[in-house]
Amino acid sequence: MTTLKGRSWYGGVLAPEVRYLSARLEIRPNFAAINQALRPSRCIWVLTACMGVSQLVAAQAPPAPVVPSSRFVVVLDAAHGGDDSGGRLNGQEEKAFTLALSVRLRSLLGARGIQVLTTRESDTNVDLNRRAEMANHANAQACLSLHGSESGSGVHLFVSNMAPVQPVRLAPWKTAQAAWVTRSLALAGTLNSALLHAGMTVTLGRTTLPTVDSMTCPAVAVEIAPQRDAGKKLVAELDDSGYQARVAEILAAALLEWRTEVHQP
Amino acid sequence: MIPRYQTILFSMLVLASVVMGVALWQLRDRAHQRLLSSDDSTPTQAPEVEPAEQATIMVASDSDGSLLAQAQSLHLPRDPGARARAVLGKLLDLYAAPDAAHPVPGGASSIAQVFLLPVQNVEAGGSQAGVNAAGQSSPSKDPSPVGDELAVVNLSGAFVAGHPSGIQTETLTVMSICGTLHANLPRVTQVRFLVDGQPHATLAGHADLTRTYLAADAVPKP
Repeated sequence: MTTLKGRSWYGGVLAPEVRYLSARLEIRPNFAAINQALRPSRCIWVLTACMGVSQLVAAQAPPAPVVPSSRFVVVLDAAHGGDDSGGRLNGQEEKAFTLALSVRLRSLLGARGIQVLTTRESDTNVDLNRRAEMANHANAQACLSLHGSESGSGVHLFVSNMAPVQPVRLAPWKTAQAAWVTRSLALAGTLNSALLHAGMTVTLGRTTLPTVDSMTCPAVAVEIAPQRDAGKKLVAELDDSGYQARVAEILAAALLEWRTEVHQP
Repeated sequence: MIPRYQTILFSMLVLASVVMGVALWQLRDRAHQRLLSSDDSTPTQAPEVEPAEQATIMVASDSDGSLLAQAQSLHLPRDPGARARAVLGKLLDLYAAPDAAHPVPGGASSIAQVFLLPVQNVEAGGSQAGVNAAGQSSPSKDPSPVGDELAVVNLSGAFVAGHPSGIQTETLTVMSICGTLHANLPRVTQVRFLVDGQPHATLAGHADLTRTYLAADAVPKP
């Protein structure tokens, strides 16, 4: 046994997986169908079918195809909050910046008829796994994790660096995003096009973020940095409300375009 | 009245004690002289200095989020673990410089240790099998070639506490460490991180430090 085989290396993995399972296997009883099925002649067939289904679920055999839903829901995850302040952004706390951006973006998307779910509406500490749970329950078509940073320039778009895999019915919690990476890259492409078209500096990258890696939706981490020109001279600060509004407008327009792409046959 | 034989026995015991005390004292003096004679700090052999060699440092830039290979002439030790620590120390010294493209305070002292472990042994030990940075298949299905090594980089708590917060800056730090290790020690294919010897959730609130990073992913493809 090496020194790496410690409990702490694996700690905290099992519980989220259980949560994920409960999220994916929602039980919605249809009582009429149950009464019909409980006729004596059909009981044996029903029991046999139930046993067969349970074995299939346990074996994780049938991959679930990624089919876009007819409704369009966007999840906005304002990063940090509560006692997790995040970074310092020109005197402002990152948690306040992300919340303000989330509220602004939610209003813009709501005005365009897009259903929005936010992971937090106030300065509260929301667990990273809870954020992913909320996104996964919403069955969203776009999940944006909003961040702010003093380093770099413009907008940084990050997609999980996991390699794409075929979707499975029961995915490990920490790598659930792997089945959605291709869609996430497409979403990042749409956001990138809109931002570049608006003259923003955009940096595309791959990263490992615990929240995003557990999401089962097209997920992109959007990190807003001050806008700098070619000579690295500051053009717009993060506390500039005009800059925030501009970025939010571009993101809202990009998500509108993404809705069109999602609903295309 | 004390019998005569007891008087003689007592006298002999006293005499023996005195003789042994004198002998012990002389032995102590000899040992002391021997220690003093060996305490000679005059160097008799010059320290060996390894010749300078070219090392590749993967330097990050915040302005465009890139990693750029930079050749540096370094006196690197022969021991692979010490060698890994030396190249990472140089990388963090570059980041701690005033005009760094990816400014991170701390410098070389931020790397407490670098441990190199055979990948096969680690996987046999069952450390989080099947979960790596790429979220790819289980190692049992895709065994690593013999000779691959896992580098465990132990960062100092002060470095993590002083690291700027942000997805890009944290990701660049992690990727540049992985890339620098792989560029100079090609057998290092996986990298894990500890902070003050303990697992740590994130670098500065964003980049996940609980994962195993695939070192080759950090090296830009031509």
